[in-house]
Amino acid sequence: MTESTFDQVRSIASDIFGIPADKVTAESSPETIENWDSMQHLNLVLAIEEKFALQLEPEDIEQMKNIGAVAALVEKLQSAAR
Amino acid sequence: MSDPVSNSTSAEGNLSNRRAQIDGLIAESAFDEASRRLSTLWRRDPATGTASFVTSRVEQLREKVALTKFRLAILRSFTVEPIVPLLRAEAFAYGIDLEVHVGDFDTYVQDMLDGESSLYRFEPDAVVMAVRTDRAAPELWRDFADYTPEAAQQAAERVVKGYGQGIAAFRKHSQAALILHSLERPSAAALGILDDQSETGQSGLIRQINRELRRVATEFRGVYSLDYDALVARHGSRQWHDERKWLTTRLPIAAAYVLEMAREWVRFIVPLSGRTVKVLAVDLDNTLWGGVIGEDGMSGIKVGTEYPGAAYQALQRALLDLSRKGILLAVSSKNNPDDAMEALEKHPGMLVRAKHFAALRINWTDKSQNLREIADELNVGIDALAFLDDNPFEREMVRAALPEVTVIDLPGNPLEYASAVRNCAGFERLTLSAEDQQRTEMYAAQKQRSGAEQNFQSKEDFFRFLEQEAELEPVSAMTLARVAQLTQKTNQFNLTTRRYTEPQVAEMAKLPHWHIFSIKLRDRFGDHGLVGVAITHDEGEQCEVDTFLLSCRVIGRTVETALLAHLAESAAQRGCKHLVGWFLPTKKNAPARDFYQQHGFERREANGLGSLWSLDLQRSAVRCPDWIKLNLKHSNSTTEVRAGRKE
Repeated sequence: MTESTFDQVRSIASDIFGIPADKVTAESSPETIENWDSMQHLNLVLAIEEKFALQLEPEDIEQMKNIGAVAALVEKLQSAAR
Repeated sequence: MSDPVSNSTSAEGNLSNRRAQIDGLIAESAFDEASRRLSTLWRRDPATGTASFVTSRVEQLREKVALTKFRLAILRSFTVEPIVPLLRAEAFAYGIDLEVHVGDFDTYVQDMLDGESSLYRFEPDAVVMAVRTDRAAPELWRDFADYTPEAAQQAAERVVKGYGQGIAAFRKHSQAALILHSLERPSAAALGILDDQSETGQSGLIRQINRELRRVATEFRGVYSLDYDALVARHGSRQWHDERKWLTTRLPIAAAYVLEMAREWVRFIVPLSGRTVKVLAVDLDNTLWGGVIGEDGMSGIKVGTEYPGAAYQALQRALLDLSRKGILLAVSSKNNPDDAMEALEKHPGMLVRAKHFAALRINWTDKSQNLREIADELNVGIDALAFLDDNPFEREMVRAALPEVTVIDLPGNPLEYASAVRNCAGFERLTLSAEDQQRTEMYAAQKQRSGAEQNFQSKEDFFRFLEQEAELEPVSAMTLARVAQLTQKTNQFNLTTRRYTEPQVAEMAKLPHWHIFSIKLRDRFGDHGLVGVAITHDEGEQCEVDTFLLSCRVIGRTVETALLAHLAESAAQRGCKHLVGWFLPTKKNAPARDFYQQHGFERREANGLGSLWSLDLQRSAVRCPDWIKLNLKHSNSTTEVRAGRKE
């Protein structure tokens, strides 16, 4: 069984924001994660693009309002590519 | 990056376990092991997320493990912030604790001109000038078609002049190395194929600027060119660029290539920080050639101009290129010596021959033992070794036994072997001395000497037989690069281990009461080149030795006494009453520990860092051994250094 997209996004967020993976939930957002500023947001975008071999459009990036939304976006783009 | 696609599930699980293990090791104060695991984690998964993890843990480890500190400032016209964690993680994998200062957007001109700017207050060891064509030469970028050929030409000349002035100002305020990005050409020329029909098209003018920048760089010490245009081309302009990111965040580089930018900077940082590899030990079967010589025989192994042997020839060509840069080659192979030597000497497809190897260990012994012996035989530290082997098991054994060794991870496909070697930053050099280019020959002569030594009754007889001739001279423009290089590389016979860059040596040579000597040595077997450096300064009636070092390949043949004798004599002639010097112990300089004592110096004081030794020049002297012929070459070093290049 492959690791879920959400779990993969969660471990990236854990690395980038410097918080334990079990503290990252679908609702985690710039409001709940202190480190999530514009520069870390760019790092998150780059890490997602790198990991899933995607190129995100500016409109996609605007949707990345919390971790759940990031995972949903990745799944949407991946199924569109198939 | 070869494979940006996600890792498999089990690797994923492993990676998060590995993070927990590293944190556990840090909590238990097992810092060296934590540091090794952190390096491995980075090598396995060099990605943005990993970089954040690695840099945050390096913060916890930096004072606990042996890392070379290095300060890098980045002047820029684009967003570099996401590159920085990758850069620091990659530098960490080379044993460097990198601190990074990032300048404000587009303030590089002011930063360079203003001696009080945050750039200079940061006191960088090196500065990268990461400026893109759209900013440095806007006329040659998007609106090129609006300009007349004359106006475009003038713009190109203005750009070069501006860089020249910026660099000159920089050199007034800082001795740091300066790395200039060359300007990239647009991926689509404004005038299409017409552009390449003249020298003064968009591409032609940008090429002209780059050529001129390289010329300007060579007029200054410690200024280097990074071929950004070639870097982009190597990965493909369309892949490299991400127009969306550029327009929204001012980051021009696509996510998958941010790592490559970081790696390119590290190729400069490694040689600048002195973390270079001096010896590469290679395996033979399935590494230097395809197949197993002991089983397949001379006609069965694959090496030649055709596939699959061509892959091994490509690797051998990469090895010969390293050898031309002064990196010594050695063999570490589990084989019957006769079989292996026959292939090395007689196989028609081989480009690398037995004579190219400074040390051979062809036996059935453990490889880490062989690597230790190779380091001993060639007089280098274990950390100056790199190891190349197709067998992952051997690589892991060496990593476990000798963590200081740079182990190159060969990919599965032999066609990729050559680039794996060429991509290792430990082999990068920014300057080449005459010694570097002849090093392999020098070591061959050294082997003859060691053979000769065994036939003599006493050391003195051997020294006389050697007919050593030393030439002492003040540092000059000709020898400056080598003198600085020796201060950076010499670990064993080095009394104070003070590292100096070329500009710093040039600066010292200009100071009154400072003297910088170099010593060259030749003997009946050949020329050793420039092998020793001494730096002294007079304070009233006392002459203090700031630096005294000798290349490891001439330790123990009394050249050091000859050099010290000259320091004592010339200090006495200038009216000094005492010659004093510190011995500052390090992990590696035990060979120099008793040097002052053996030459009649008395210990004057000692503190936590080392001991200060003194020789009363009115009562004693140091005698130059009568078997060394010492020639003094007088030249006015300071004027030569001054005249050599612009300040």
